[in-house]
Parts: sequence; C-alpha cells; structure tokens
Amino acid sequence: MKADVLIVGGGLMGFSTALHLAMRDTRCIVLDKGSPGRHASGVNAGGLRQLNRHPAEIPLSVVAADMWRHIRELVDSDCDTRFPGQVRVAENEAELGRLEKRAALTRSLGYQHEEIIGPDELYALVPALAPHCIGALICRSDGYGRPFHALDAFRRKARSLGVYYQADTRVDAVRQDGDEWRLSTLQGEFRAPVLVNCAGAWANHIAAMLGEPVPLKPGAPMMMVTERLPHFIDPVLGAAGHKLSFKQMQNGTLLIGGAHMAELDLLQERTEINWQKLALSARSVMTLFPQLKDVRIVRTWAGLEAFMPDNIPVIGASVTASSAYHAFGFSAHGFQLSPVVGRILSQLILDGTSELPIDPFRIDRFASSGRCA
Amino acid sequence: MKQHYQLAVIGAGPAGLAAATVAAEQGIEVAVFDGQVAPGGQIYRAMESIPQHRGSQLGDEYQRGRELVSAFRASSAKYFPETQVWSLNGRREIGLLLQGQAHTVTADQVVICSGAIERPVPFPGWTLPGVMNAGAGQILFKAHGIVPDDGVVLAGSGPLLLLLAWQYLHAGVSVKALLDVTPMINHLYALPRLPRALLAGHYLTKGMQYKRDLKRAGISTLHNVRSLRAQGKDALQSVSFLHRGREQNLETAVLLVHFGVIPHTQLGRVAGCRHVWDESQLCWRPQLDEWGRTSVAGILVAGDGGGIGGARSAEHAGRLAALQALYALGTLDRATRQRLARNDRKWMREESHIRPFLEAFFRIADDMLQVADDDTLVCRCEEVSAGQIRAAVADGHRDSNQVKFLTRCGMGPCQGRQCAEAVSHIVADASGKALQDIGHYRQRPPVNPLTLGQLAGLHSEKTE
Ligand SMILES: Cc1cc2nc3c(=O)[nH]c(=O)nc-3n(C[C@H](O)[C@H](O)[C@H](O)COP(=O)(O)OP(=O)(O)OC[C@H]3O[C@@H](n4cnc5c(N)ncnc54)[C@H](O)[C@@H]3O)c2cc1C
Ligand SMILES: Cc1cc2nc3c(=O)[nH]c(=O)nc-3n(C[C@H](O)[C@H](O)[C@H](O)COP(=O)(O)OP(=O)(O)OC[C@H]3O[C@@H](n4cnc5c(N)ncnc54)[C@H](O)[C@@H]3O)c2cc1C
Repeated sequence: MKADVLIVGGGLMGFSTALHLAMRDTRCIVLDKGSPGRHASGVNAGGLRQLNRHPAEIPLSVVAADMWRHIRELVDSDCDTRFPGQVRVAENEAELGRLEKRAALTRSLGYQHEEIIGPDELYALVPALAPHCIGALICRSDGYGRPFHALDAFRRKARSLGVYYQADTRVDAVRQDGDEWRLSTLQGEFRAPVLVNCAGAWANHIAAMLGEPVPLKPGAPMMMVTERLPHFIDPVLGAAGHKLSFKQMQNGTLLIGGAHMAELDLLQERTEINWQKLALSARSVMTLFPQLKDVRIVRTWAGLEAFMPDNIPVIGASVTASSAYHAFGFSAHGFQLSPVVGRILSQLILDGTSELPIDPFRIDRFASSGRCA
Repeated sequence: MKQHYQLAVIGAGPAGLAAATVAAEQGIEVAVFDGQVAPGGQIYRAMESIPQHRGSQLGDEYQRGRELVSAFRASSAKYFPETQVWSLNGRREIGLLLQGQAHTVTADQVVICSGAIERPVPFPGWTLPGVMNAGAGQILFKAHGIVPDDGVVLAGSGPLLLLLAWQYLHAGVSVKALLDVTPMINHLYALPRLPRALLAGHYLTKGMQYKRDLKRAGISTLHNVRSLRAQGKDALQSVSFLHRGREQNLETAVLLVHFGVIPHTQLGRVAGCRHVWDESQLCWRPQLDEWGRTSVAGILVAGDGGGIGGARSAEHAGRLAALQALYALGTLDRATRQRLARNDRKWMREESHIRPFLEAFFRIADDMLQVADDDTLVCRCEEVSAGQIRAAVADGHRDSNQVKFLTRCGMGPCQGRQCAEAVSHIVADASGKALQDIGHYRQRPPVNPLTLGQLAGLHSEKTE
C-alpha cells in the first residue's frame, strides 16, 4: 500500500501529525501494533499543563495551550476539556522560594503565564486544602481533558480527511529504497516517500532501524481514580514537595497520579502496580487533603510511556536518514503538546522548517554526552 | 502478620477449605484469606452458627459442610476471616485488608477459590429498588433469617431459582409466582444430554421433588416467560411479562431474579491469567490444566471460580490443586501426587455428568443476554445503556476494552462485575465477531474496596 507519508504509531502524536498533514492534502497511513489508545495516549492523566515546563518546552506548550482552547475547530470535539487552572502548592518557605525562582525564570524568558499567589488567594481557590500551605505557583489558563476522547476525536477527524489507519499492524522493519520508505509488517508492505516515528515507548526500536539509537527508557507511571464525590475543587493541584497530580473530574471522581512507576514488562506490554510506591501518592493526598481518607479507590493502572534522560522529547528530522522524522520521548507530559507536535511535523515535512524553536529536541543531542553507544 | 507463606488460599468455600486442609496435613505453611466471618463459602455459609431447624429448612446437602469445616478447623492452616483480598499479581503478591489495615504478603503458590457470582442479566427496570438477586435474598435468609414479609415474585432460570423458591416455601414466605424465562426450545437441545445426566440422577430427582413440592403448595410456575420488565416510579411496583402470547402484570414490591451463576474471575484476571470464553456455560473462565494451574506460574484456580461445577466438584478440585501445589513446593513427589489424586479425579468426573444437561436446559435466551432493549442500563455504576454500547460498536469500537474506554461502561465501583458478560454479548452480537475475540475487560486492581487512607497506611516490611 502506498501514500505520501507513513506514520508508525497510532497514539496522539501519530494522529495529530496525520491530521495536520491531511489538512494540507497529504495522504497518510498510520499503523499501530495494537488498538487505538491502548498506550500512553489513551490512559494518561489528561493534564493540560504549561505550569513548570522545561524552558525548552515553554514556547511549544504555550502554542499548544491556545490550540487546546480552540480544539473544537481542529477536531470537531471539545475533548471534554476544562480550564480551571493548575496550581503547585508550597508547604514551607523553602518550597515557596523555589516556586518564586521558577516564576522569575519564566518571566525572564518573556512569558507571563506563571504567577505566585499567596495563601489568601490559594485558599479562596482551593478551600478544601489542608491549612498548612503558604502559597502556590499558578497557571490560570491550564486545565485538563479526557485523553481517550481526545484520541478518538483526533483519529475520527484524521480519518474523515482521508487518513488511512490500520490497527493490529506492527512495523517490524524499515528500509529506504531509492526515494521510498518500505515498512514490513505481517500484514504486508507499506510504502511512502516520508517516514514518521511516533512509536511511543517503542520509538527507540524504530530509531535504531534508522541507525540512530537513542537512550530512551520506557516507564509506566501509575494512576488511580476514586469513587465519585460532590464537587469540591476546581484547579488541578500539584505540590512542590510531592510527586503528585490531583484533580476532580467532571463526573466527580478524583484522578490521582504522581509519576511513581509500576513494574513493567515491555515485551508482554503488561504493567503491575507497585503498591508500596502507589501508597506514597496516597500519603501525599492525605497530607494535603486528610478529609479524603475514607474515599474509595475504584481503579488503579499504569501506562507505557517513553522517557528521555533529560525529560524532554525528541522532535525533528532524522540526522542519519533522509525524509524521516521523529516525535517521541515525551516523558509523561506529551498529552498537552500533542496538537502542536503534529503541526510542527507537518511543517517540517511540507515546508522544511517550523516556526517554533525545536533545536533543543534534536535526536543527536545525546550522542555527544556519550550516553548512547 | 507474616510476610510470606508457602501456600496462600483465597476463599474458604468448599474448594478453599478442602485445599487448605489437604495442604496443611502435609505440614506446609498455609494461609487462608476469606472475606466472610466464618468458613463455608457460599453454599455452607454460616455453617457453624446456624440453628439446627433452619439448617434442615435449607436441605440436607447443607449439612455436608459441617464435616468440611471441622476438618479445616482442626488443621494447622492459618485462617484469616473477614479479610478482603483486593489485589493479586503475577509475582504472587497479595493485597489484603484486615481490620481496616492494608497489607501485602507473598506466597510460593496461590490457589484462588473465589467461587461463583450470580450472572447479572440486565433487563428493563432491573436497577429499581425492590429488584434483587435471588442470591442476596438467600444470603439474608441463611445468615440472618431475614425473609420478605409481603411475598415475592421470583424470576429467571436455573436450579438455584427452584431451590430458593423451595427454601422460601419452607420458611413460610409467600411466593406469588415463579417466572421461568428459560426458552422451551432448550428442552430439545438438552435432550441428547439427558442420558449422561441420569448418571448423576440424584440431582435430577431432587429437582423434580422441589417442583412437586412447589406445585402442591399452589405456587404457580409460568414457563417460557418473555419480555420480563420491572416497573415502578421510584421503587418496584409490578412485574410485567409475556406468557403464551399474552402480556401479564403482577403487583409486587420484591422481585428476586436469578439467571444462573458464573465464575468469579476478577482475581485471576487481575493477576494476568489467561481466560477463555466458555460457550456452554456462557461465561469467561480461566484456562486451567487438570490440576487447576493457570497460565501464570504458581497461581491455580479451584472450584466454581474456574468454571461452574457445583459444591462437591469444588471440593475435589480444591484437593487436586493443593496436591499440585505440594508437588510444586517439593513436598510430594510425582507418584504420590498422582496416587492421592485418584479418587478426587474419579469423583469429579462423576459430578460433571449432570453439567452439559443443566447448561443446555437452563441456557438463557440470546435476546436477554444481548439486552435487546436499547434503553436498558447495562452498567448501573456509570449509567450506560445497551443502546450506547451498540452505538459505540457502530462507531468502530470493536472490543470490550474499547467500548469501556469510550462509554465508561465497567469503570464504576463494581469494576465491571455487573456488566462484563453483558457487554461481551452485546459487542459480539453487534459486531458479528466471536465472543472469544471480543475479549473481556482488562481488570484493574483493587478488586475489593480500598480507601485512600488504607492505601496510605499500607503496611509492609520492605519499604523503598
Ligand atoms: C499514566 C500517564 C499519565 C500521563 N499524564 C499526562 C498528563 O497529565 N499530561 C500530559 O501532557 N501528558 C501526560 N502523559 C504523557 C502522554 O500520555 C504521552 O506523552 C503521550 O500520550 C505520548 O503520545 P504518543 O503518541 O507518543 O505515544 P502512545 O500513545 O504510546 O502511542 C505510541 C503508539 O505506537 C505504537 N507502536 C509502537 N511501536 C510500533 C511498531 N513497531 N509498529 C506499529 N505501532 C507501534 C504503540 O502501539 C502505541 O500505540 C502521561 C502518560 C502516562 C503513561
Ligand atoms: C448467590 C449464590 C448462591 C448459591 N447457593 C447455592 C446453594 O444454595 N446450593 C448449592 O448447591 N450451590 C449454591 N451455589 C453454588 C455454590 O456457590 C457453589 O457450588 C460452591 O459454593 C462453590 O464452592 P467454591 O469453594 O468454589 O466457592 P464459594 O463457596 O463461593 O466460596 C468462595 C469464597 O471466596 C470468598 N472470596 C471471593 N473473593 C474473595 C476476595 N477477593 N477476598 C476474600 N474472599 C473472597 C468468598 O467470600 C467465599 O467465601 C450458590 C452460588 C451463588 C453465587
């Protein structure tokens, strides 16, 4: 089967790229070894956070935030997004000092979306919070969405514009034959002049096939969701002193994550909850919201995600092969970036350049540090 | 509590009691975890405390449990009652809740003896207060002697429905009607299986006796009932149905329904054991070998949790699993395992004669399993209707997990226990795929209630 662009990976990155390419009349094939949303894109926490991003990600994140606000124009669905802001609370002076420094850094880069708030505003925003907090970093335009619904909307829209998607089709080998990429799968060969690697936690395998190994480490952040509770908190809440992300969803359930990792078996694509570590997330919640101690946990799970040593993604052209591109390694914060990543890749592919600064995401940045042989 | 056991048995019904007793006899360290206050499981519930007269109302089969329970009590197995298992994983790490305190323990071998649950079959009005599972009614009766005082209507299918009607009759409860939804056509399909069933004739004679007793007491049993519907505003007021082509209506405040039982598979699924669709029993069950071994090393399943076989069969399966666990631990050699297994294997085969007949005879009609009525709620936790599930399928979502992600069906507090089978049926029917390919929900822990505070207080010797 032939097209203009072949995309390996039917997560949000793959579909966002396909969608942006299709909007410019480019024919794409998206292949996924599993079913839609089986991995990071379908099971993540849905946080739409500019707050506390790595400085290199800020320009992309700010554009992405704007795209999420108008997401209906892009995918005909609001993806259940809400924008009640995100806060990162400080429980002592040292933490507040760190947050103030951070706010100053963001301002010095010319961005205004992060501010410090004092206890009065914090408790007005989050009255349910335990009384010992002394302030917070806030990004008022942040929020959250529902990942599976977002993925579904991206996929639907992409397909309506002619994108061809095939599930249960694993790319086993790639090779370039003249001007054409050929992907082998058990379901046959796929061909196109351009190749895009959006293979998530498995993207290093595709990169290695292109002769550019990367120090990607798969990880499986754990999540838990509780029974429904009456509405009591609007913003998404994190804390300077805890690995925690805490939000109350539209339906009243609490979605709690904390970047603590499950045991994982990449080959079997199975994860197993590490209860000792998940207990740390529960303890963080108890510190900040002790009144929630009798709330029932309904479900816990973990999702497979690609982590890079510097916790920022690889986005851009291959340096070893022509007409090949990468977008992976989002290190547990790629949901928010997904609309803009698709736009960037479409521009790189069709225009040869992107208006956003993506140099920090070069794939060859690891080579010099000697981290990959 | 100890961190590690050689053998952990989950469930103290006939399967678990037999497994633990046999294993403890060989001198290994056995722990038995069970959610109930006393040993006995479903069928021998409250065995030790029940007054003699109520025991006889429950039938003599019930007395058999006394032996099983006292042998277990006399054994060295460490028994943890009122202990909920909320998690089990492939490394045989077991999450427990004991007096409000969460623990994790590990075991070299684990035998899951979690028994059966009643098959949830959604039908119009099934979520109205006043509509209850017959099993819940039976539990109230067995454990607390509570019976509905204003009379009941019983509806559904299966031997237990009959048994319950009979038990109610003997406890003086007015049974207004017994509505049997099993399609008549089943008689035809069941017929070829009758000769083999006659080998276990005592079950059939018992069933006939129940029927005779009910008839003599003037309880009307309507067969081939269709379009069952529970009606009422805020609570059940009446039951309507089609019988012999006529729409009928019965006023009642209590409707007890029962559509047979299916294996309680949550623990095995959460541990990653492979499950298969059983077309005869119309349910998911773990794939097991002749000893009860699952696809996960060191995890076995015995009793109704591995496929419905009844209480006696569960006992035998429990012993076989224990023998295998002892063999795996190096306590028994191969020849001894084989020798000790001989009788149980034989008796288990005898027990199985009746099954194909029962399964064919009591098979629920497809339109009920597939929840023909679009407005009927399938997932009562997340309020997802059959129509929404069919719409998701029409939309290209073609397995149970996809449908779950999209509709939230099965994501509520019951973790899909109430809707997993129905969703499999609906999706298979709507997509034209085989049930085996539809898959079942990926099960996520905890499978039993656990609070944030309890998880925060998780006790464990090994910390980070
Ligand atoms: C638990 C969790 C919580 C998170 N929370 C947030 C959050 O709150 N906010 C946020 O912004 N981000 C969050 N993230 C991160 C975010 O989900 C990811 O960064 C993002 O979804 C990555 O998208 P992707 O398309 O690269 O990956 P995926 O969705 O994993 O897609 C990659 C796809 O490639 C396929 N694939 C791989 N190899 C092959 C092959 N050889 N052939 C065919 N197909 C292949 C895989 O099957 C997979 O479907 C979270 C992640 C997790 C796991
Ligand atoms: C509602 C109902 C009523 C029944 N009534 C009868 C009857 O009257 N007569 C009859 O012949 N058969 C009856 N049966 C069938 C009968 O249950 C089985 O044939 C028999 O009890 C199977 O034995 P078992 O050991 O496999 O499981 P069970 O006897 O069901 O024992 C399973 C035990 O495991 C425990 N358990 C399960 N999961 C967990 C967990 N996560 N943590 C802790 N403990 C757990 C349960 O509490 C239970 O004590 C009934 C079944 C059901 C579902």
